[in-house]
Amino acid sequence: MMSEITLKVKGLRKVIGKKEIIKGIDFELKKGEVFGFLGPNGSGKTTTIRMIVGLIRPTSGMIEICGHDVNKAFTKAMAQLGCIVENPELYPYLSGWENLKLFASMLDGVKDERIIEVVELVGLSARIHDRVKTYSLGMRQRLGIAQALLGRPKVLILDEPTNGLDPSGIREMREFIRFLAEKEGLSVFVSSHLLSEIQLMCDRVAIISKGQVLRVETVETFLAQQELLYWRLSPLAEGKHVLSTETQIIEEIDEWLVTPFHEEDVGKWNRKLVEAGVNVKEMNRKIPTLEDIFLELTGGESID
Amino acid sequence: MINLVQNEMLKIIRKRKIWIITLIMAVLISLFTYAQFKEVERTLEKYGSVDWRTTLQQQIIDTENRLSNGGRNISDEWRQQLQIRIQQQQYYLDHDINPSTPGAPTFVRTFLENSVSLLLPLFVMVIAADLVSSEHSLGTVKLLLTRPVKRWKILLSKYLALILSISLIVFIYSGLTYLISGALFGYSGWKAPVIMGFTTNGTELNTAGVYLVPQWQYILQASGLAWFVCLVVGTLSFMLSVLVKSTAAGMGIMLASLIAGTILNNMVSTWESAKYLFMVNLNLLSYLKGAAPPIEGMTLLFSFCVLLVWGIAGFFTAFIVFTKRDVY
Repeated sequence: MMSEITLKVKGLRKVIGKKEIIKGIDFELKKGEVFGFLGPNGSGKTTTIRMIVGLIRPTSGMIEICGHDVNKAFTKAMAQLGCIVENPELYPYLSGWENLKLFASMLDGVKDERIIEVVELVGLSARIHDRVKTYSLGMRQRLGIAQALLGRPKVLILDEPTNGLDPSGIREMREFIRFLAEKEGLSVFVSSHLLSEIQLMCDRVAIISKGQVLRVETVETFLAQQELLYWRLSPLAEGKHVLSTETQIIEEIDEWLVTPFHEEDVGKWNRKLVEAGVNVKEMNRKIPTLEDIFLELTGGESID
Repeated sequence: MINLVQNEMLKIIRKRKIWIITLIMAVLISLFTYAQFKEVERTLEKYGSVDWRTTLQQQIIDTENRLSNGGRNISDEWRQQLQIRIQQQQYYLDHDINPSTPGAPTFVRTFLENSVSLLLPLFVMVIAADLVSSEHSLGTVKLLLTRPVKRWKILLSKYLALILSISLIVFIYSGLTYLISGALFGYSGWKAPVIMGFTTNGTELNTAGVYLVPQWQYILQASGLAWFVCLVVGTLSFMLSVLVKSTAAGMGIMLASLIAGTILNNMVSTWESAKYLFMVNLNLLSYLKGAAPPIEGMTLLFSFCVLLVWGIAGFFTAFIVFTKRDVY
């Protein structure tokens, strides 16, 4: 269904001077999903986001928000988009309410009731009339989100939304993002350099490195492809022989053997081992972190 | 568009700059009023008369003495200025018109004449210099430019807010000057006659085209011209605010140009192409007064056009750069 795609990026490139910063990025966002944009610092995440929100003009390629081209129909495209680029910077000398009023007046048909609604949604009602300079970072972050939600956007773009938040703030933010996607049907685009973040809140993830998207996949697929099984066998040599006839032994760590995890085959492998007289002392299923995946995809280039 | 301008005005007002400027104005005006008051007292002591004719006659004689005794120490430009001034004063005397009827309106007039090339532009610069650059330093430019509003509209709303602020500054300035100086000099004198239409030709004052206007009319014209000068300076500061993302750097450049202007005004009579620099043309009010221009051949219309061209160029530069630029 075409109408379900809310954000479409195709062949996006940016050349600054002679350097190609973004080397052709493609991806699509569907309605109601949280999409992770994962890459190390300096991989081109922020440049890509700034092109999506119209702050930077792409050298070539196309960006469509709900079918409106950002560079050709800027105002129509922006009307469907809410965003926080980097830090949630608002006017510190104005109150939270005045900030929201100010941005609301730049959108069509956002009334005071809607402002009250988003303020309640982000839980800032008690402090909304205080000046923003007295706000904590978490509160600024929430005010930033309130601002982004004012115009009932279809697409929400959050650049490093948990940056600088404390652990409870991070959990809150994560739950809030899930809520927006599931209950409000928004497409949320979240960039991060933290794998744990993306893993916990995203449906799909694109991995970016050096201005290129390496892969776009659902988080489950990523994890499932990489799930491993750790065996502790005795005697080791015999066990290794039996296992290697059934599956591939990826690694040997001390007295552990590592094989891929295939749910339907594991029972059979175990039975074979027992029949051959190998004592299975321990079997451990290990879900890899995205870190492992990233390392594998980029061939050792680490994050951060 | 009105909502955008309202937003920008809200920001300017809440930054409290206009208040601070008003405060500075009040202090300065009080200071100058007091200085003027002292000056009047001193003249009274020196010439021992309250009659303006005697005082004016004395002043003319003083200046003439200075010209003949000072000899070579006086620069050519300054000598020319003084000679013109003597002829003007003589003209006032001959026609029995008091060039400075005591009262607040006269003070407003002379004060405007003296502040149009530096003080007022400085106030305007303080407002204009951070209009765009502060959005960059705060990071709010990213929010502002990701709204469903075209960039030129955002910038235009800022520019309109600037025009409003400039009008407000010129208004507050004249108003405050009138109110404060009136306390010492009295509030009357709006109808006192002022001679306009002097033209100069080297060291010769040409009085062929002179006419009398009531002082209020003169002040109105002077305020209009002061407003225009402020608008041009504001536009150029505004452009710098777009081009230079640091407010301090923008202010520094503008400040240097303005001060360079006042210095050049006393130096450039031989460097003729300097007359195309905007800062040399700021003193539009000196033409109203009929003083000798800094460079031979400069007229009110010439200076007005030079400023206009600079203003238009600055305006378009600001818009082109702002709408095309990548924001990082």
